[in-house]
Amino acid sequence: MDFSFAQFLHELWIARVPLLQGVGITIASAALAIVAGTVLGVFVGLALTYGAAPLRLAVRGYTDFIRGTPVLVLVLASYYILGTAGIQLGPLQAGVLALAVFCSSHVGEIVRGALQAIHKGQIEAAKAIGLTFSQTFVSVLMPQAIRQILPTWVNTAAEMVKASTLLSIIGVGDLLLASQEVISRTFMNMPFYLFAGFLYFAINFGIERFGRFVERKTHIPS
Amino acid sequence: MTTNPILEIRNLHKRYGDVEVLKGVDCSMQRGDVVCVIGSSGSGKTTMLRCINMLEEFSDGSIRIDGEDIGYELRDGRRQRKSEKEVARQRALTGMAFQQFNLFPHMSAAENVMLGLVKVKKMTRDQARAVAEKWLDRVGLLSRRDHYPGQLSGGQQQRVAIARAIAMSPRLMLFDEVTSALDPELVNEVLVVIQDLAREGMTMLLVTHEMRFAFEVSTRVIFMNQGRIGEEGDPKEMFLRPKSERLAEFLKNSSFH
Amino acid sequence: MDYALNFAAVWRSFDKLLQGLGLSLLLAVGAIAIGVAIGLVLGFALVSRHTAARQLARCYVTVIRNTPILVLVLFVYFALPDLGLQLEGVESFVLTLAVYSGAYLAEVFRAGLLSVPQGVREAGQAIGLTRWQINASIVGPLMLRNVLPSLGSTIISLFKDTSLAAVIAVPELTFEARKINIESFRVVETWIVASLLYVGTCTVLAALLRRVERRLAVPR
Repeated sequence: MDFSFAQFLHELWIARVPLLQGVGITIASAALAIVAGTVLGVFVGLALTYGAAPLRLAVRGYTDFIRGTPVLVLVLASYYILGTAGIQLGPLQAGVLALAVFCSSHVGEIVRGALQAIHKGQIEAAKAIGLTFSQTFVSVLMPQAIRQILPTWVNTAAEMVKASTLLSIIGVGDLLLASQEVISRTFMNMPFYLFAGFLYFAINFGIERFGRFVERKTHIPS
Repeated sequence: MTTNPILEIRNLHKRYGDVEVLKGVDCSMQRGDVVCVIGSSGSGKTTMLRCINMLEEFSDGSIRIDGEDIGYELRDGRRQRKSEKEVARQRALTGMAFQQFNLFPHMSAAENVMLGLVKVKKMTRDQARAVAEKWLDRVGLLSRRDHYPGQLSGGQQQRVAIARAIAMSPRLMLFDEVTSALDPELVNEVLVVIQDLAREGMTMLLVTHEMRFAFEVSTRVIFMNQGRIGEEGDPKEMFLRPKSERLAEFLKNSSFH
Repeated sequence: MDYALNFAAVWRSFDKLLQGLGLSLLLAVGAIAIGVAIGLVLGFALVSRHTAARQLARCYVTVIRNTPILVLVLFVYFALPDLGLQLEGVESFVLTLAVYSGAYLAEVFRAGLLSVPQGVREAGQAIGLTRWQINASIVGPLMLRNVLPSLGSTIISLFKDTSLAAVIAVPELTFEARKINIESFRVVETWIVASLLYVGTCTVLAALLRRVERRLAVPR
């Protein structure tokens, strides 16, 4: 290597604004994808657990197709197809859409798993005291399901942050793309890839820590 | 003026696909009756119980609680199922205690009892709390009101479950083998509670294997066999002088002496 | 939107897509083979009594699992040359995916090792087997059977990750699909077919893995 640590810090300082903007876009796009994907995923999970047979089949087809496809293919497909269809969505929107769809299939599975794991006796006890299904779902099923969903969901959120790097491939100015632009200017491959890697690591590590905190807080005493 | 029987079952049929589990059961109960249903597994006793609060659909016949048709009605000449909302309302006419307790694990004992009071009886949280504490005290568990099910023994959980059911002031209490899942030394604390409730005049229908209890506490015993009522009558009569061979066989095998 | 579906362009280049798929599978096999070796070593290290081994393994796993795979791919291909390690696309990607798989497989094997009851180990000691022999003849095989389901799903996941090779111009399935997409403008058809190829391969892999699971299952 023919540059020093001091030179790296110097270039880092010069590039601080675009890099920070990159971090902002990374977090924003991941957050959008997680929120949209979770909302959609809850419906997917509900459909898979309580839906009529034709609905369940259709939704199962959807999730199997999405989960069998690499995220990169989803992102590229979304980018090219939406671009051609004349739908005026920029790369960011197309990318976030793809990530949200990906997220929904995972969240759907998580929700389905958690709801089906609840003992049937819980629904019967709720029926026996005269609760309607929506009352049962809100007061008895969801609170129990959430405890199982939360840790795995936090994991999925971390996966989405990692997947957001794929948006750089379709030209979204996230942290990775911003780093690559600095690299193309300064030729400092090693330091800036390490730096980017470190930032992503820090974000995900923080999410993991947060997840364990949440798990502790929602623990039912026994 | 005759008072309605609390429970009136007429010609109850239930089919699971090709198998008929209940083949025309008749039963009626007056206020204050304590009826124990005994029989081997597969006799249909639990199924009959679960039809009363519509945890099971039934294929034919009628069930009336306090004069009200449960689950189905005749509309335009056809037997049709009532709406889910109507069925939910009717379920609150009875209370049920389950073999597996089925307490809500994410709620304390008090909150378990309060849930139905708040959501179905539309009480305020304060009113519900007062009622819940009264019934928890009644089953001897007031001091455990803020404990979670995971922190309670089996016998304690079942008593909370019973409190949860009676707090709803049901016309009829249904007990589905409530001591079968308990360790032997915990069975008695539950039977004592049920016995007290019987003494106070609660109308109860129990599916049970506890023969001594049936013998001593019930006003009537029903022996079910292969989807039909085999024998019915006073427990002392039935147990000491069984009229049918099948009942005699059953009593012999169930270590009742 | 007037877009008539026309799969002709895609069919014409279907052989290219299949070649790409073939390369994807080769990349996966190569990377996973090395990854399994790494994962086994790390898996044993994670449950070892030696604190140093445990902590080192834990470091490796935590760092790799929290880093996006794309960053790793670019790092190995573009940044390592600065240290003198210049690799061709295919080798670079296989190395990256192997290192990546190692971390995930380590967790799978660790869970598998923890699921082997302690009593089995003690029985082996009682007959006089050395730690090495116990691990190789008893713990290892038992662990592998327990681990097959999650091992299987991890392998399928890693196969899908071979799509990342497209970013460094390795001509696997996604790269070929993108080329066809750009040349033919048949956006919908290209990606439907590419997707179906991936989904199809994953389905076949899953079925094969279930077969293996059944074959190896302990008779009961």
